[in-house]
This record gives sequence, structure tokens and C-alpha cells, in this order.
Amino acid sequence: MRYIEPHGHMVSRTTDDYQAMALAGCAAICEPAFWAGFDRKSADGFYDYFCQLTQIEPRRAARYGLPHYSWLCINPKESEDMALAADVLALIPEFLKAPTVLGIGEIGLNKNTRNEMKVLEQHIALAVQYDQMILVHTPHLEDKRKGTRLIMDCLKANGVVKPERVIIDHVEEHTIHEVLDQGFWAGITLYPESKSTPVRAVDMIESVSAQRVWLNSACDWGHSDPLSVPKAAQEMRRRGHSAAAIDRLVYGNPVKFLSQSPRFKDPAAQA
Amino acid sequence: MSTPQPHPGAPARTREQVADLHFMDARYKLLDLAAFLDRLDRAAGGDDHRVRGLRAALPLLLEKDEGRVARILNLWSDPSVEPIAKADTKAASGVWPGLK
Ligand SMILES: [Zn+2]
Repeated sequence: MRYIEPHGHMVSRTTDDYQAMALAGCAAICEPAFWAGFDRKSADGFYDYFCQLTQIEPRRAARYGLPHYSWLCINPKESEDMALAADVLALIPEFLKAPTVLGIGEIGLNKNTRNEMKVLEQHIALAVQYDQMILVHTPHLEDKRKGTRLIMDCLKANGVVKPERVIIDHVEEHTIHEVLDQGFWAGITLYPESKSTPVRAVDMIESVSAQRVWLNSACDWGHSDPLSVPKAAQEMRRRGHSAAAIDRLVYGNPVKFLSQSPRFKDPAAQA
Repeated sequence: MSTPQPHPGAPARTREQVADLHFMDARYKLLDLAAFLDRLDRAAGGDDHRVRGLRAALPLLLEKDEGRVARILNLWSDPSVEPIAKADTKAASGVWPGLK
């Protein structure tokens, strides 16, 4: 089996995880910029983080034969501080020149505040200015439905963003249909407790036309599982899905979305 | 028992096959939930908004039509539509605190 991990926070993982993912059939990893679990005190902290995402982590992944790509932003959890956000946004254009950066992400909302909305709009404008794809983080738990709707309204209000170049991640049963109906891609994030389990993810996959859906593990510093995508594939297998349908979901779909960036190379085409 | 409404993307399967695959998983989760409710009974104080939300969701499990997960998630969701001025926390609790 082969799969893409399209959303994994590998800076939080050990090299054992890279090894386990490679053994499970992972062919490429994409890493969106994320909250560190604490607020960074200055834009310098983000400068170092962007260096880690664009230089250090690709080298670490390469030791396991894995191409590593990244997405850049200031995470919505740190967007309440508008001055810091402005400083970080100013850093991003320089890093967009790195050959493994795929776009702006994971941007979005956390508690659905006005400041978070303003910083989201600024990120969308930056993506438009530099013709970048967008990876969206939707809020957690009780804030998800409202935040998902606000984000989609914001993307549509921009007027230029093409929905097929945007993936709205962390969808669940109450948001997936709206996201797909509006033409966006939808990401299902597999966590042991929050968001979606692999079993529920397969239920969702069976309930929609899964042409614009990807699965990811997020695998961050919290309770998460870097092998949850192959575990969802295994769940599909034992429910009787064909090998071709599984490959389409866990490999073909992310390759299709990500290949909209000329920087992403289909690992199969490189072999 | 409701009439089966298989999803277009799902291979055909019987209820017995679904039970063979997932019954034990659902069984232990139901027992864990029962144990959680018992544990709450043994503890001091009243239910907070999260536990009230969980109790409010229990009847939805017994509804006839599918879509139970989405109905529970919708029940627990913040129903407001405007961005808020400021948040007093970065975290979400799992149930909208205003749920009655
Ligand atoms: Zn993430």
C-alpha cells in the first residue's frame, strides 16, 4: 500500500515515526505551520520555525526516503495579537521562495474572534497576491460549525480564490457536506479522541462522493497517531473496499490536489 | 428497525457483517459511557455544561434515522453566526456552554 500524509506536524515527532510511516507505505509528507503549544514571543520565533519547516525537516525526512513539503502562516491560535501577526506575515514572502513550500496554511479560525478573522483575511490576500494554494484549519469542537461557515464566507468574499485550490481540513459529519457543496476540498483529520476516528472517517467517505476528500493524521505534539491514515485504509479494506478505491483516496486524491502546485512532485512519477 | 439505506460509496453488507466487525467496539464504548455516568453519580457537585450536553445527546442515539453523529455535533455547536469581540480562552470544551 502507498499513501500520502498531507498534514503531519513532523517537527513534533521522532525519527522512529518517520521510520514507521515509511514502512507503512508513506510516499510523501506535507507539514502546515502550526501552534507550538505555547505562544511564540516574537516574529523571530516564527523565522526559526519557518527555517525548520523549509530546511531542517526536509533533510530529516529525506533520511527515510520521504519527500517533505510545507505550508506557511501564523496559526489562528496566535492571531489575536495583530501586531505579531503583521510581523510574521511580512516574513512569509521570502520563505515562499523555498522549493518545498506549497502554499499558505494552516490558516483559519480558533475561537472565531474578530482579530482572528482579520488575520485570516490578510492570509487569504497574501495567498492571492503570490498565487498560492490554501490549507485551512477549522476550529475545534463546539466552535467548528460556526468557524467553518465564517471561513468559507471569507474565502468567497475575497472573490478571486478558486475553491478547488483550497482544502478545508478537520471536517466532521456536520460540516463535510457544506464544504464539498461549495466546491472546496475537504480534509478529514484522524485523531484517537477528537475530530474523527478512522472508523467514522470511512463512514463519511462512504456517504459522500469522495473525489475531493483527503485523510490526514495531523500527528502533532498532542494525543495523535502518525499511522492513522494507513489504519483508515485498513478499515476500508476489511469493509470490502477495493484496492483501487483505497489507493484513490489515500494516494490519488492528495496527489491530485497537491499537484496544483508545480512544486509538488507525484512520488510515483519520480520512481 | 429502519429500512436499510446503503450509501453509494459503500460495498453492500448485511447488518450481521457490520456487527461482526464493530459490535465489540461499540459494546465497550457503551459500557465505558455507563461507567462514566456512574462515576459522576458518586462525585460531589452538579453537572457542568459538558455533562449536561452529553446527557442531552443520549436520546438522539435512539432516534430512528441515520445522521445521529451530525445531529449530536450540531446539538453541541455554538449556534451564533457573528465573530466574537474577544475570547477568554484558546480552548474549546466540547459542548457549547450556552446549551440549555
Ligand atoms: Zn494541523
